[in-house]
Amino acid sequence: MKACYGTSLPNPLMLGTAQYPSPAILEQAFRDSGAGVATVSLRREAGAGQTFWQMVRDLSVLVLPNTAGCHTVKEAVTTAHMAREVFDTKWIKLELIGHTDSLQPDVFQLVEAARVLSEDGFEVFPYTTDDLIVGERLLAAGCEVLMPWGAPIGSGRGLNNEYALRAMRAEFPEIPLVIDAGIGLPSHAAHAMELGYDAVLLNTAVARAGDPAAMAKAMKLAIEAGRLAYQADPIEARDMAEPSTPVIGKAFLS
Amino acid sequence: MTVWSIIGAGVAGLAVASELVARGAKVQVFDPGGAPGPHGCSWWAGGMLAPWCEYENAEEPVLRLGQLAIDWWAKRTQVHRRGTLVVANSRDLPDLCCFARRTEGFSEVDTGEIAKLEPYLHRFGKGLYFDAEAYLNPRRALLDLSHQLQDHGVEFHHARAPTGLDNAIDCRGLHARENLQDLRGVKGEMLVIRCPDVTLTRPIRLLHPRVPLYIVPRGDGVYMLGATMIESEDSSRITARSMLELLSAAYALNPAFGEAEVLEIGVDLRPAFPDNLPRIRRLGPTIYANGLYRHGYLLAPALAKGVADLALDNKHSEMVDEDCT
Repeated sequence: MKACYGTSLPNPLMLGTAQYPSPAILEQAFRDSGAGVATVSLRREAGAGQTFWQMVRDLSVLVLPNTAGCHTVKEAVTTAHMAREVFDTKWIKLELIGHTDSLQPDVFQLVEAARVLSEDGFEVFPYTTDDLIVGERLLAAGCEVLMPWGAPIGSGRGLNNEYALRAMRAEFPEIPLVIDAGIGLPSHAAHAMELGYDAVLLNTAVARAGDPAAMAKAMKLAIEAGRLAYQADPIEARDMAEPSTPVIGKAFLS
Repeated sequence: MTVWSIIGAGVAGLAVASELVARGAKVQVFDPGGAPGPHGCSWWAGGMLAPWCEYENAEEPVLRLGQLAIDWWAKRTQVHRRGTLVVANSRDLPDLCCFARRTEGFSEVDTGEIAKLEPYLHRFGKGLYFDAEAYLNPRRALLDLSHQLQDHGVEFHHARAPTGLDNAIDCRGLHARENLQDLRGVKGEMLVIRCPDVTLTRPIRLLHPRVPLYIVPRGDGVYMLGATMIESEDSSRITARSMLELLSAAYALNPAFGEAEVLEIGVDLRPAFPDNLPRIRRLGPTIYANGLYRHGYLLAPALAKGVADLALDNKHSEMVDEDCT
């Protein structure tokens, strides 16, 4: 698996820490998922979430703080600085929301914020769309990882545009690519891995499941299956059956 | 005769005192804040006795133990047994299906049935009606409990409890934190509004992707709108975002809420343990009862019974942390 800014992830699952019924269930979900990275929001707790942040540190996984809820470059940069202090990390998941209903990223501000933060020594994980040119601009701005969406945040719709995501994988073969947002089911996560993506970032699908810990485990298994399948070089789909047993001796009727 | 000293006169302390007195014990109550008021987070509660709805996002004990609450409170204060109505905006209907799958004790209602229950709600095509649920007015409940206790001769000390008390029961919520290391505060924000143009007669929940928003009638056109749940321990003020979300919920129920007056803004911290379930712990000479989280009025009766069982009969209910006794 490709390293992100020189750090090899222990496994391809990044799990969010929001919306769980309780911190105890959050902890259980992390244990059962084996996730190697925890994403955590700073903005909503705004300086007074120390107890919660300590719980996240106590999960003993890599922490990827995010700028969830930021709508401008300035907000995102301020939040990133706060994250660097709170979690003592250069990593920042850069999220710049451009639309209230779809929560889709404002890619213009995203590129600008990525440039500002990269120049300042941050290692930026940008939450972006599946647009190739935006991806190029983000790399030019200093990003070494891209995190395209599968579908809008929390929608659970899976990979909305498989064609674009395949194109992105083909366009950036050397760059770690993470599907961020839209995963609802383990089959979606497996699908992302089968396309050759390096990791999957999800939150709502686990946190809001009836049994978050069980869903966390299901995601872990699906991601493992998807990655193995990609490495195993799957067959191509065909329009007609390809017999797996010999046809010698069968009569030619036409 | 043993005198039990209850420390803290919020919903936990008063419920424990009430349960002990009901079982014939002698108690006194310490609270430097004096009579129930805005200094305690119980003052800002919704007062919904809604174990079936809460079960959507809570563990099984909340459903089972919460069912004790309605009758327990009805013996002590006015309880309105009018059920709960759950609705969702059309874009959030998948959340209503999910809510239905994860709860029990409801019937599905359509536009006509919703209009019969609540004539002022006419924008919703589908809802869930939990007919066995109830609600109370938390402030009235606290005052009723303290008056009843005073009538029974319970002494209220408007002061800190002296240190080294024997037979102390600490119900101070987040203030007991120095002795309960795994306790944390979860920020909650609420509004009290007055809108005589709208009449709602039972708690209404509006499903929302992030927080369960609800509106509880307080009578005379006054409504309580709640409540956010934020993993933050800053209780100094409400944020604009939270206020927008709360008011938008009311507006979505009926646009006439746009004309409501905002009477009060409440912000406080709910005491919670990591699994968000209450606990009873004996540490040295003191029994600690804490961690009611967002279920103050719903679970205080069960917590009070557990404390009384432990204090009077040395019986260990499921809330008692065995390894700490």
